[in-house]
Amino acid sequence: MTSHAGTRPATAEEREDRVLERITAFRKRRPRLIDEVITLAHGAGGKSSAALVDAVFLEAFRNPELEQMGDGAVLTLPSGERLAFSTDSFVVSPLQFPGGSIGHLAVHGTINDLAVSGAKPQWLSAAFVIQEGFAIAKLKEIVADMATAAREAGVSLVTGDTKVVPKGAADGMYITTAGVGVIPAGRELSAQKVRPGDKLVLSGTLGDHGMAVMMARGDMGIDADIHSDTAPVHELVDLVLAAAPSTRWMRDPTRGGLGTICNELAQDSGLAVILDEASLPVLPMVLGACDMLGIDPLYVANEGKFVAVVPADEAEAAVAALRSHPLGAAAVIVGEIVEQPEGVVALRTAFGGSRIVDMLVGDPLPRIC
Amino acid sequence: MKFVDEFRDPAAARALVAAIRDLADGGGDGGQVFKFMEVCGGHTHTIYRHGIEHLLPPSVELVHGPGCPVCVIPMGRVDDAMWLAEKPDTIFTSFGDMMRVPGSRGSLLEAKARGADVRFVYSPLDSLRIAIENPDKHVVFFAVGFETTAPSTAVTLVRAKDLGVTNFSVFCNHVTIVPPIKAILDSPDLRLDGFLGPGHVSTVVGNRPYRFVTEVYRKPIVVAGFEPLDILASVHMLLAQIREGRCEVENQYSRVVPEEGNPQAIALLSQVFELRPHFEWRGLGFISQSALKLNDDYAEFDAELRFDMPGIRVADPKACQCGEVLKGVIKPWECKVFGTACTPETPIGTCMVSPEGACAAYYNFGRLHRETAMMVGQRSELPVLTK
Repeated sequence: MTSHAGTRPATAEEREDRVLERITAFRKRRPRLIDEVITLAHGAGGKSSAALVDAVFLEAFRNPELEQMGDGAVLTLPSGERLAFSTDSFVVSPLQFPGGSIGHLAVHGTINDLAVSGAKPQWLSAAFVIQEGFAIAKLKEIVADMATAAREAGVSLVTGDTKVVPKGAADGMYITTAGVGVIPAGRELSAQKVRPGDKLVLSGTLGDHGMAVMMARGDMGIDADIHSDTAPVHELVDLVLAAAPSTRWMRDPTRGGLGTICNELAQDSGLAVILDEASLPVLPMVLGACDMLGIDPLYVANEGKFVAVVPADEAEAAVAALRSHPLGAAAVIVGEIVEQPEGVVALRTAFGGSRIVDMLVGDPLPRIC
Repeated sequence: MKFVDEFRDPAAARALVAAIRDLADGGGDGGQVFKFMEVCGGHTHTIYRHGIEHLLPPSVELVHGPGCPVCVIPMGRVDDAMWLAEKPDTIFTSFGDMMRVPGSRGSLLEAKARGADVRFVYSPLDSLRIAIENPDKHVVFFAVGFETTAPSTAVTLVRAKDLGVTNFSVFCNHVTIVPPIKAILDSPDLRLDGFLGPGHVSTVVGNRPYRFVTEVYRKPIVVAGFEPLDILASVHMLLAQIREGRCEVENQYSRVVPEEGNPQAIALLSQVFELRPHFEWRGLGFISQSALKLNDDYAEFDAELRFDMPGIRVADPKACQCGEVLKGVIKPWECKVFGTACTPETPIGTCMVSPEGACAAYYNFGRLHRETAMMVGQRSELPVLTK
């Protein structure tokens, strides 16, 4: 806090700094759940989701494994071996969209959560909630997509469940998958390992999935050739960990996008994340659609991308390793870690200015995964 | 990207910033600070999103203006909208921005979560389509916006009348841009040196309506586009006018704004709307002849006539200083509740809701210490790998 004990009145800049400090302190408080009913914002992966998880689920279920709050829980077996365990529900609308379907998402989503936890994905479960009247032919198509996705990724669907609900009780179908993977000995990934000077490596372009689903819904009246990026990232993760063995932390920017996971990183590590807008890879078609709708690609969901924080001297090797794989061809360094301002994500704009990248508020794009 | 990258070119920006600095600091009147108001919320959004504020020299200060259509809607009108939305057999349609604006009993988003059929649309024509597809429901469109969006409401009403649609109405909150600019110029607590004029409103009304700014109030005005280079170029044009002793209405956004505006759109507005004698603006109070209502020919589509709406005036929350923010009298961070009681998650005032609102733009993008901002902005480029 700036001292102003003297007689000189505070300048506007000093007063502004004081307000900013007050806000920073205010923002460090735990998010508070003040709503009386669930709104779509609670499912958007931003601040409201965090408040809901904190006030309802964490409060009720509290245990050390849950409190890691990673993409998957890391469980230690009596033998000392470690497993990653993760679950995800899929409610995307429409069920099929350019580049994939809810079936692909249900498999890739869970595989990716396991992969960025450092695990080799092995087994999946799948539970289906299907609305009465749903066409069996369409169900077969979606299940075939799941089978293909699982086979290509080398994982097995080993258990499942089916529920049918009356017309109107669900919109088409929802899928929940859970997955288990083994974490190889010696792999330790955590936000606490992140250090100032580390680089953020992104495995490919941003925003493809969210905008593809948005366009497929058709209510924008925009025709754009945008395809979902849904894909498994576990091979890419292995390549990065081989090329950059000191990799600190990884996460996949799904709901809430890169902006949201960078905020989680900044808060969990107590450091600052600086992103470089000029280096952010966004396909022109996606950027155009985002600009038209007033949506920031930093907050749009991806389903086949991840971010790795690696030490500066391993960053180029990580990028080169990613680019050796077809799914990582657009990999690039998008930012770096600095010490100050603590817990903040800032963007150096392509224009040479700078701005904050905050957690997402509200939900610009509901039901995209 | 074609037609976007050209207006976000860092090299061109650096040249313009240098030229702005030369003009602003080079008048031999050391220490003078030029205060320019950007009228539109779209300008405000661009300024913060691209970090322009900290690129400008301290001798140029941008003051945020009233041109955010969501921000100027008073609480009573939101309450009326909620009342309509919660009527049985009603589908209430709105632009997404309005959904989170708090009335005295919560927002439309909360009404939706409680069970009201509230849908967000990108065009009033979508509302009309919903009405045609749902003949057993009454569909209301929550019309907000300046002359930019009013023509699309007018087109929709003309079509609804042609088609003989009877289950559709408009809750009209369209406002006009000139009266608030005049109110600000008449306000004693603000000293401005010029205006970045509204870009998209001017595509409809043209440049003529702003002549009073130069002729009566002797302030230069430059109609400005919404890309970052547009903002810098317009600031440069304002400074050039001042240094050359000129005071004119200039058009920086000539690639979009024709001198005469859009005569067809203007004709359409007068076909459907008439001026209200007065209208309440959030924080600015009642301004005469500042808003539109449906004229007698379209009275059957006027939700205010069709339904016995409460129409109760609700005072802004005491702590809220949106009015002073909208007039540019205070900066967003100078508001007593900014960033603590009033945040984008729990907004008290409208300026914190819309992405075009000055408070939301500052909170979401601008909340950086000047030195930190400079540090981030000037940071050497990250290593560029071969692509």
